[in-house]
Amino acid sequence: MTKTYLYWALVFVGLIITSLLLGSITLDSASFDWQLLSQTRIPRTIAIVLSGMSLSVAGVIMQMLANNKFVEPTTTGTVEWAILGMLLLLIFYPQASLTVKLSVSVLFSILGAMSFLLLIKKLHTRSIIMVPLVGIIYAGVIGAVVNFIAYQQDLMQFVWVWIQGDFSMILQGRYELLWFAGLLTCLAYFIADRFTIIGLGKNVATNLGLNYGYVFAIGITLVASVAGITVVIAGVLPFLGLIVPNIISLYYGDNLRRSIPLIACMGAMLALVCDILARILVHPFEIPVGVIMGVVGSAIFLGLLLRQTRHD
Amino acid sequence: MTKQAVPKLKLSPFTRLALLAVAVILACTLFLTWNVKASWAFTLEFRGQKLISMVLVGIFIAIATLLFQTISQNKILTPSIMGFDALYMLIQSVLIVLIGASGYSILNEYTKWAIEITIMTSMMLLLSKFLFRGSAQSIQLLILSGVVLGICLSSINGLVFRMMDPSQSVVAQDAFFASFSSPSIALVQLSYLLLAATFVYLFRYHHQLDVLLLGEQTAHSLGINYARLTQHLLILIAILVGMSTALVGPITFLGLLVVHLAYQLAGSYKHKILLPFAALLGVLVLVLGEFILQHLVSFNTRLSIVIECVGGLVFLALVIKQAKS
Amino acid sequence: MIEFKNVALSYGQKQVLKDINLTLADTGLTSIIGPNGSGKSSCLSLMSRLQKASAGEVLLDNSPIQQIPANQLAKKLSILRQDNHTNARIQVKDLITFGRYPYHQGRPSAEDLKIVEQCIEYVDLQAVQDRFIDQLSGGQRQRVFIAMVLAQDTQTILLDEPLNNLDIKHSVSIMKQLRQACDELNKQVVVVLHDINFAAHYSDTIIALKNGELVANGSPTDIMQDSVLSHIYDMPITVTNIQGKPTCLFYS
Repeated sequence: MTKTYLYWALVFVGLIITSLLLGSITLDSASFDWQLLSQTRIPRTIAIVLSGMSLSVAGVIMQMLANNKFVEPTTTGTVEWAILGMLLLLIFYPQASLTVKLSVSVLFSILGAMSFLLLIKKLHTRSIIMVPLVGIIYAGVIGAVVNFIAYQQDLMQFVWVWIQGDFSMILQGRYELLWFAGLLTCLAYFIADRFTIIGLGKNVATNLGLNYGYVFAIGITLVASVAGITVVIAGVLPFLGLIVPNIISLYYGDNLRRSIPLIACMGAMLALVCDILARILVHPFEIPVGVIMGVVGSAIFLGLLLRQTRHD
Repeated sequence: MTKQAVPKLKLSPFTRLALLAVAVILACTLFLTWNVKASWAFTLEFRGQKLISMVLVGIFIAIATLLFQTISQNKILTPSIMGFDALYMLIQSVLIVLIGASGYSILNEYTKWAIEITIMTSMMLLLSKFLFRGSAQSIQLLILSGVVLGICLSSINGLVFRMMDPSQSVVAQDAFFASFSSPSIALVQLSYLLLAATFVYLFRYHHQLDVLLLGEQTAHSLGINYARLTQHLLILIAILVGMSTALVGPITFLGLLVVHLAYQLAGSYKHKILLPFAALLGVLVLVLGEFILQHLVSFNTRLSIVIECVGGLVFLALVIKQAKS
Repeated sequence: MIEFKNVALSYGQKQVLKDINLTLADTGLTSIIGPNGSGKSSCLSLMSRLQKASAGEVLLDNSPIQQIPANQLAKKLSILRQDNHTNARIQVKDLITFGRYPYHQGRPSAEDLKIVEQCIEYVDLQAVQDRFIDQLSGGQRQRVFIAMVLAQDTQTILLDEPLNNLDIKHSVSIMKQLRQACDELNKQVVVVLHDINFAAHYSDTIIALKNGELVANGSPTDIMQDSVLSHIYDMPITVTNIQGKPTCLFYS
């Protein structure tokens, strides 16, 4: 057991080093450029690790709140709401500072997550498949509204470019708010038990003396904040929050006290792998990491779904 | 609370169908002849082409959605979410990369169509082979897998697109964004063929569709080969949606909107009525919508984008309504 | 002590419970019986604050149940509902440890773990304690949830059809254990049961509901009468004495 952990820790470190060394300018002992490292490479690597961690953990919390394993912020409209908020901000208050942008994004994400969870409460379905389907359609609806507004304002191109998850523009001074997402991830770990109990259903939670509504609200805020922050800084990173918790759950179950650290590490590693792929696939150019993650993530999601069928 | 009794028009389903047909003819005439400024010959040809593609798409999407809802026994789903458009685009990209931008431009329309339809139908067959266990529940899984596969394909398409050289990407962009105005002659001919085939098939089997509404087990015990019928219908749906994507590009929520109007207005659950009713409504919504957008309101937008929004709202309303009942 | 004072419950137009007055003793096993849709489960939900009464009051130890702080109440009263549907994959032992949550708030002590172990033994689940709950059979899962409620170690234990999914052997063993909890630990147990004979055999008190109204409340010998049961279930039921216990026969 310890050996497996050690092995994975080595892989993690290896990925971080690769991420630091990789880029259009090769870093080696002959041409060591400290400034390049500190201003772009290190911030970029930190940003990837933080986004990967926090999005994966946000995903598992959303799964507990929805009592469904196949949901996460990017497949349920939360992210689309954030984009809607940003688009409106761009139209009505284009000179907004980063703080204002973030607040708006988070606020709209909260609206998005809450409306989705309300929707599936209304749906009254136990079908494990209907909930993610409704989520994806709901995301499509909000996406349609975004398209409508963007088309009116001639901002389609902008939205297209902007929503693609991409770390290539990360520089020192432009990613630091991601630390806040990291902080929220730690907070999630500290109250992990509450989220696990929420995942057991409202009746069990109430029976155990948990204030269901209160924990639910904390959960939504947490998920939405992480989604909102990462969208503003890095763009949409699809499926991370879905596949990572599902894979960890296969081996270690859903007791979040145990699984959150594993989910966070695996999320960071997967994000690193995708970002490294994004940098080497068409070297010296880059592909947005969101595209790679879309391919990898949906393929794994499909695998998980097929596995589910063999189970039933 | 007591509801005030509203005197309802008691019309037989056939009368309703006839009325709708008249409305469609009126709308088409209006669309063709309203406010003609250039020469009549030119306007009629220009508008006529557009009208044809709208009529075809309206019919295809409406029928595909209705069939889809019948076999999935679920009134909030639509086949357009299943990633056919993503597959369509990916096929274009791969073709461009394989035979080059110039090769793609001179590719025979019929060959291209044959390739597209073959691949789309095979995808549906593969999906249903792996996932469809002959039960209504596995259909939901089939749908979700289709949706996720669609996302996967469109991501791959994005990847391929990024790896193209500039001349290829220009051609690709053009191929992705088809619009109502420019269906090729070959495509329209093939559409007529498909229309005829669909008509014949549904004319023969529409009564079996009514039985499907009773649920899988009842259908079985009434002697219907549920698995085979469903599989055939899925393939038909795949071709219909693929065709409409080839004609005008992806439209997600039109079907949902139209089919629900049809449930409300047709006055019958029978597919004999529902199918033509939904098809006509599909045409009416598109033609009338385009007409209004073009001539009556000066709104800088595209019809497909408006329909997406309205259809999306219909979806939300449906989920909430379902909760109340 | 649980008290119902003129309690009613309705969903919109539909009245589920009508004007119930009821006092349950501090200890002992009480069964609630009645036909489908008579309001048994709703009655239990009201006792456990999972639902709020539309009218009247539910009191626990003389204070309105909705006003007792959630965490305090969780140490006095526990409930197991019928539908324990969860998609979470949790190990049996972990899940039962969550039954101790009101006491440890996420950091179980050695004592908590000891109680958990006892409960696992109690319901005979040692063999599967490290499995995930989605790998268990329906009956095993039911026992896990019962163990979880037992681990909560409350004075009052409410169970909604706990014998669902259980075979005869485990049904009997669960009822025996509940009986034992009443006799040896002075607990108060309230169960909703479908099987009248189980109710008659193990209960101190039986409460019967019909169409949302309380139609009978008494000891098993009071309830196990042809006339009473026939009235409750609207069908002829004969009670016979088998080995000194009233047993009803309804296969006519």
